[in-house]
Amino acid sequence: MFVSYKWLQEYVDLAGITAKELADRITKSGIEVESVEVLNKGAQGVVIGHVLERGQHPNADKLSKCLVDIGEGEPVQIICGAPNVAKGQKVAVAKVGAVLPGNLKIKRAKLRGEESNGMICSLQELGVESKLVPKEYADGIFVFPSDAPVGVDALELLNLDDEVLELGLTPNRADCLSMIGVAYEVAAILGRSVKLPAVELQENSENVHDYISVRVDAPEDNPLYAGRIVKNVKIGPSPLWMQTRLMAAGIRPHNNVVDITNYILLEYGQPLHAFDYDRLGSKEIVVRRAKAGETIVTLDDVERTLTEEHLVITNGKEPVALAGVMGGANSEVKNDTTTVFIESAYFISPVIRQAVKDHGLRSESSTRFEKGIDPARTKEALDRAAALMAEYAGGEVIGGVVEVNTLQRKDVVVTITLDRINNVLGTTITKEEVAGILTNLQFMFTEDNGTFTITVPSRRRDITIEEDIIEEVARLYGYDNLPATLPVGEAKPGKLTPYQAKRRHVRRYLEDAGLFQAITYSLTNEAKAPMFALETAESIRLALPMSEERSVLRQSLVPHLLEAASYNRARQVENVALYEIGSVYLANGEHELPNEKERLAGVVTGVWHAHLWQGEKKAVDFYVAKGILDGLFALLGLENRVEYKQAKREHLHPGRTADMLLDGKTIGFIGQLHPVVQKQFDLKETYVFELDLEALLKAEVDDIRYTAIPRFPSIARDIALVVDEHVVAGELQKAIIEAGGELLKDVSIFDVYKGDRLPEGKKSIAFSLRYYDPERTLTDEEVTNVHEQVIKAVEQQFGATLRA
Amino acid sequence: MKERLQQLQQEALEKIEQANDLKALNDVRVAYLGKKGPITEVLRGMGALSPEERPVMGALVNEVREVIQTALEAKQATLEQAEVEKKLAAEAIDVTLPGRPIRRGNHHPLTRVIEEIEDLFIGMGYTIAEGPEVEKDYYNFEALNLPKGHPARDMQDSFYITEEILLRTHTSPVQARTMEKHQGRGPVKIICPGKVYRRDNDDATHSHQFTQIEGLVVDEHIRMSDLKGTLREFARKMFGEDRDIRFRPSFFPFTEPSVEVDVSCFNCGGHGCNVCKGTGWIEILGAGMVHPNVLEMAGFDSKKYTGFAFGMGPERIAMLKYGIDDIRHFYQNDVRFLQQFNRV
Ligand SMILES: [Zn+2]
Repeated sequence: MFVSYKWLQEYVDLAGITAKELADRITKSGIEVESVEVLNKGAQGVVIGHVLERGQHPNADKLSKCLVDIGEGEPVQIICGAPNVAKGQKVAVAKVGAVLPGNLKIKRAKLRGEESNGMICSLQELGVESKLVPKEYADGIFVFPSDAPVGVDALELLNLDDEVLELGLTPNRADCLSMIGVAYEVAAILGRSVKLPAVELQENSENVHDYISVRVDAPEDNPLYAGRIVKNVKIGPSPLWMQTRLMAAGIRPHNNVVDITNYILLEYGQPLHAFDYDRLGSKEIVVRRAKAGETIVTLDDVERTLTEEHLVITNGKEPVALAGVMGGANSEVKNDTTTVFIESAYFISPVIRQAVKDHGLRSESSTRFEKGIDPARTKEALDRAAALMAEYAGGEVIGGVVEVNTLQRKDVVVTITLDRINNVLGTTITKEEVAGILTNLQFMFTEDNGTFTITVPSRRRDITIEEDIIEEVARLYGYDNLPATLPVGEAKPGKLTPYQAKRRHVRRYLEDAGLFQAITYSLTNEAKAPMFALETAESIRLALPMSEERSVLRQSLVPHLLEAASYNRARQVENVALYEIGSVYLANGEHELPNEKERLAGVVTGVWHAHLWQGEKKAVDFYVAKGILDGLFALLGLENRVEYKQAKREHLHPGRTADMLLDGKTIGFIGQLHPVVQKQFDLKETYVFELDLEALLKAEVDDIRYTAIPRFPSIARDIALVVDEHVVAGELQKAIIEAGGELLKDVSIFDVYKGDRLPEGKKSIAFSLRYYDPERTLTDEEVTNVHEQVIKAVEQQFGATLRA
Repeated sequence: MKERLQQLQQEALEKIEQANDLKALNDVRVAYLGKKGPITEVLRGMGALSPEERPVMGALVNEVREVIQTALEAKQATLEQAEVEKKLAAEAIDVTLPGRPIRRGNHHPLTRVIEEIEDLFIGMGYTIAEGPEVEKDYYNFEALNLPKGHPARDMQDSFYITEEILLRTHTSPVQARTMEKHQGRGPVKIICPGKVYRRDNDDATHSHQFTQIEGLVVDEHIRMSDLKGTLREFARKMFGEDRDIRFRPSFFPFTEPSVEVDVSCFNCGGHGCNVCKGTGWIEILGAGMVHPNVLEMAGFDSKKYTGFAFGMGPERIAMLKYGIDDIRHFYQNDVRFLQQFNRV
């Protein structure tokens, strides 16, 4: 909402307060003033001139040579390029020495050999936006009414010395979509009174019912419909002051009848529509829902097909307006219009919103109906519009109003105690202070022993409950005056849940292990969504995506981590190690929320460790990635419960992929990216993993219990086992641990060999075994006994032989 | 004979003095004290002496031997130490060469900010509540006093999946769910961090996915002044002890009264600078008293219980705190960006 400072003064006394100060006060009290614009943009020295002569410039077809009286001594010669300049016009002249917006200084000049002492200005040159300039002056200079006095300040006459406050209105403050509404707000802030416009309406002796009747078939959409007839109007420009106010408010002037309806819309917040009575095609108005497939050509010359969800104004047969949104072309007020039917109605928000949505048509009118208007002003606005048409369009107002009113309005009454106000705010505001605020708001109220009974004016539709009153009191009392306290009551310590605490440990561990935390988008495209998913599900698609790239919810974190790796590689960051903790979304049937599962995923590629001057360089490989996870399982106390199993998964290297099982249940995978996918993401050798974080963090683990530090020496024995090459180390190790029993405390692999010194198809794995008894020193024979059982076990289970 | 001995002692001491290494020293030892050495020879010649002279001469021989022995040991120690020093000198390294690097990643800056905020509020007795990102319209809007057709729904264009299911546009549904779980009994004291989604085109200041942290306190006797005190405490812990806050009236459907909360500029201290656009204040939070409809819908008696709620954007805070100029950095995961947040 644009609010002209000068216009506002008509309703509330702004003496002693500048536009800037006013803006600050309004902002502080709850409505943000987004800008304060000085309309003349620094222009000065522009006066009304009278074009005494206009002739052709001798050397230029498109220029005119004018003699202009600017009220100072002799008339001056001005060269003008506007096509519409003519003898006898009153025009805006930027005198020599004047400044125009953009700090353009006007100097005496010679144009194609002819002297020019100033410049005749268009509105655009004076800083008015093109879209606001009346159409007839859009391509030329602005022509003032003939009674404009020569030599006076043209900027003042155009109200360009005004300042405009732009209010950023929240949806609850639709009351401030009108000058009167803003006046009430400003009056409450300043503690001043509101002066409403005087409506002096003279009706003739005719009866409006002889001209027209109204029937409303959809009273739930249109509880109040009122109309008046004004005859003998003469279409022409509206008065300059009205045009300039409309322009200041962002509306282009049109003609006197249309301008008056817009002026009332701005003044009262009541949208009006003016029909050409003679073009209505009947003597009745019927308001009803449209029939499916019915059409109307609106004022913008677009044919619109309607449905039963739209409300129309009809002449009893066909639509003449899309109610509350836009009039029909068939009944438009034109230059030859002589009788006008003015509609002032109250349409309910949802039906208007539907039409706006379906037709992509938003207007000053529809915005107000959508947000809700004050029906108490509907008829007063109508009367004022009729009165203005009589005054400024030479019309004669027919006696009476046609009206259908099914409105059941009850005053909103809110009762609240002073204690309640102070208890909610934490203040010690007095009864008198509350009364003062309510008075400034011009709310009717009574007060009895600290209980206020408040009748809310209909313009403030946002106020219905106690809390609304508390808010009014708080904002006008001033939040700066609110004390700062802390909640009283039982104080319980705050704390992370075990899950949240463990998740933080996981993050820190992974980072200390060398990975950076990434955060990627949850939305992806149809192709990437199911890639790498641990569990597959139907894809979940947005109803109205903004792009195909962000249209489906992800089922794995890996694809976007690969994108991140690829993004880095494209920027010469070749060594990338990222992890992410985030949700994946698994469909659960159309009407159910998806299963949202928290996952941990990672991507590692490039050089893992380099310390070149000492000759160290280690590229990322499977075991680097696996080592990170081994450490993670150890961190969570799960190292002995997680098992790796060779696996085949789509998009991963078939020979270099493992599933991880926790207590026998699959919880994730790790593997090298398949060369095809690697190429697709433009990466080099890359390893990825993804884990079901919830399974990991929710697994029950015992608390840490101290065990005695070894007091007796342990005995180490190494064995190198030769086995078939398909035997995996993990299985061998498991068998060794099982056969080693109580005394075998530690098994580690220290060598793996495959090659010339072994028969074809064989490999050797060397284990170091450590035996220990916490109670005593083991004898060599005891160890040998157990150790032989271990060897026997692997011989039997895997056909292993000891390597010579 | 006596002269001979003194001469030998003199000679030996000179040779010991001259010995440059352990081997040379050993040669001296063998040469003078060995079985075939001159002193042994002198001893052998003692048979020719009178019984009176013998003990005198024996004592003299021992004395000479001892002197030589002592000199040998002293020299040996000196030479050994020189040898160790030589070896250590040869082992010297260039301490300015780089150490073996420890590879280390770090938190994403948003996590850094979120954890800091979480910890601040945990310190004030809050717990952390989490909830689904794909939400029911009911929890995202209706339970928050935004019935279908409410004009404020325009304010947040959302990603719907079906008519009833959408990507949450704020973390407030977690508040609604938590209140519902409390079945009308307070106190509730939570903060809710998480990802949220809105239909915005990604540019320097907008992201279709971003994070939010909201807080909620519901109990008997919760006052708006408690909100002010709590947020002032937060602002001071987060941005510095001399920070102040101010409330500006605003509108949110789920709170009433509603306010926007500014923190005095931590860059200029309130005098005005480019960070605060010359105002001295930076808008950080939206907040207010929980709307009675929201309380009632979650099963709380709004006559008995009151509450406050607040919400803020970790992206905005991180951008202000670290001077980050483009919100897209948070989601591109450029390692050169991420690694800038690698220290305390
Ligand atoms: Zn500043």
